[in-house]
Amino acid sequence: MDPVLSCDVLLRYVGGPQISAAFEVPASGFSVTVLFGPSGSGKTTLLRCLAGLERPEGSIRWGAEVWLDSAQALFVPPRRRQLGFVAQDSALFPHLNVLGNVVYGLQRMARVERQERGLELLAWLGLQELADRLPAEISGGQRQRVALARALAPRPRLLLLDEPLSALDGPARLRLRQDLRRTLRELALPSVLVTHDRSEAIQLGDRIVVLDGGQVKQVDSVRRVFDRPADPEVARIVGMETVAAGPVVEVAGGLATVALGSARILAPAPEGLGAEAFVCIRAEDVILEREEGAPTTARNRLAGRVIALHPEGAMIRVGLDCGFPLESLITRRACQELALAPGVAIIALIKANAIHLIPRG
Amino acid sequence: MDWQAVRLSLELAGLTTLLLLALGLPIAHWLAFSRFRLKFLVEAVVALPIVLPPTVLGFYLLLAAGPRSPLGRLWERVLGHPLPFSFEGLLLASVLYSLPFAVQPFAAAFASVDRSLIEASECLGASRLSTFLRVILPLSWAGVLAGMVLSFAHTLGEFGVVLMVGGNLPGVTRTASIAVYDEVQAMNYEAAGRTALFLLVASFLLLAVTYGLRSRQKRPWTLS
Repeated sequence: MDPVLSCDVLLRYVGGPQISAAFEVPASGFSVTVLFGPSGSGKTTLLRCLAGLERPEGSIRWGAEVWLDSAQALFVPPRRRQLGFVAQDSALFPHLNVLGNVVYGLQRMARVERQERGLELLAWLGLQELADRLPAEISGGQRQRVALARALAPRPRLLLLDEPLSALDGPARLRLRQDLRRTLRELALPSVLVTHDRSEAIQLGDRIVVLDGGQVKQVDSVRRVFDRPADPEVARIVGMETVAAGPVVEVAGGLATVALGSARILAPAPEGLGAEAFVCIRAEDVILEREEGAPTTARNRLAGRVIALHPEGAMIRVGLDCGFPLESLITRRACQELALAPGVAIIALIKANAIHLIPRG
Repeated sequence: MDWQAVRLSLELAGLTTLLLLALGLPIAHWLAFSRFRLKFLVEAVVALPIVLPPTVLGFYLLLAAGPRSPLGRLWERVLGHPLPFSFEGLLLASVLYSLPFAVQPFAAAFASVDRSLIEASECLGASRLSTFLRVILPLSWAGVLAGMVLSFAHTLGEFGVVLMVGGNLPGVTRTASIAVYDEVQAMNYEAAGRTALFLLVASFLLLAVTYGLRSRQKRPWTLS
C-alpha cells in the first residue's frame, strides 16, 4: 500500500471552540487534497498542525514516520518534516531579493549549486527576470509564485498551501489558479490546500475534506462531495448547485459544449478550458416546462424526468434526471400547475450564461 | 576635564554594551518567543533595575560578592583580588544595572518581526539559530542598535551603583559622573562644568541616535 499521511488531532482553546479532525492524505505521487470549509471551520489550523506550526493532541504520521504522538510526547518540529509551506500572504523575507528568498532553504548546498537550483526554479515558474528584485517591488501574483518556488527549492515531500490565491484579485487569481494545478501535477507531489472558495476547490482538488465548526464532515473525491454531499450540512457548505463533470466536446464562438451523460450543455467557455470541465448550475436558474413549447432564448433544453420533490418553505426543490442529476428550485404554485410528481416527464430550460464552467486540467 | 575619568567611563560603557549584547540577545529572544506561563516573572526581574534605587542593587552586589560569600571567594581565587572596588566589579554591576535598557528594546524589536516569516524559515529547514541570524536579526537591527546605544548611555550616566560597588579609585573606578561630584565637592566648578558638559552632550547625541533609529525600525536592513 502507498504510504499515507494520517492525521488525527484535537485542539482545545480555553473557553473557545474545539477542533477535532481525522483524515488521510496519499503520501506519494500527484494528488491535491483540499481542506474546504467556511471561515472559522479550523481548516488553516489543521494545515498548521500538519506543518508542525501548531502542537495539538493526537497523532500525525507520515508513512512509518511519526511526526506527532502526544501520548508519548513525540513532536517533530517543522524544520525536520521536509515539507513546503506556502502561507496566505506569501511571507517572503522582505530583506532578501527574490533569488535570496528562493534559495533560503538550500543552506546545506554548495553556493554555486544553490544559485543554479534557484535560477532553474525561477525560470520554470517564469520569474527569472525578477531574481534581483525585492519582494516589495513585485506584484502579489508574482510574490505567491516566488513563495511557491521557495517552498519547492529544498525538494519537499509534501506541499502545504494556505489559501495561496486569496490575497490576489480577480484576473490574476484565475490565471494563477490554472497554473497552479498544472504546476502541482508536473511536480508529482502530494499537496494539501486550504480554501473557502468553491471554484478553487473544484478546480484544484482531487479529494476534499469538508470541515465545519472544527469537525470533519465528509472526505471524498471532489465529484462525490458535490454530487452526493454526506448530509444537508455539507450540502449547505459546498453550496446547493448542481456540479457535474464531463468532457468538453466543442468550443466555438466563445461557447463550449460539455457532455453530461446523454445531455449536451452549452455555456460560455472560460479561459484555459481543457478537455474536461465541471458544470455548475444553480437550481434557481433551471426553468421547467411540461411539453415542448414555443422557442425561447434559453440555449439549453434538456429532456428529463422528475425524481423527487423536497419542499423548502415556499419553494420546492425538484430533483431531476436529465441524463445527469439536476435540481430545480420552483414555487409551490408552479409545482401544482405543472402537476409535478416523481416519474413525470419534463423539459428543463437553462440560459447558457447562467451556467458556470470550471476548467479541469 | 578629567580625561582619566572620561576614558574610564567610555571603557566601562563600551565593555558593558558588548557584554549586554552577548547576554541580552538570548534573554530577549527567550522573552519575545517563549510561551512559558511564568514568563512575566522573568520580565519583572529583568525590569527591576529601572525602579530599584542603585544603592539597593549595589548593597546586594556587595553582599553577594563580599569575601564572606561563596561567589566572592570564588572570584577572589580566580582574579586574585576581591570583586568590590575593582573595575571588574564595576563592570558586573553595570551589566546588571543596564540589563533592561538592552533587553527591553531587543525583545520589543524581536517581537515585532512578523511571525509568519519566522514560521516560513522553520518550514524551510532552518534551525533556531539560523532563523535568528538570517531573519530575526536583519529585521530588528534598528531595535538592537537602539538597545546598545541606550545601554551605553545609561552606563555613562551611572552614579549610585558606581559609588556603592566601585568606590572612588582614580583610574580604576572613578568614572566621569563621580568626577563631577568630586569636583563640585571640592568647589572646583570649572572642571566640574567641563565634565558635566561632556556627559550632557554625549547623552543627548546618544539619545538622538536612539530615537532617530526608532523611526527607521520598519525599514529592513537590505542584504545584497
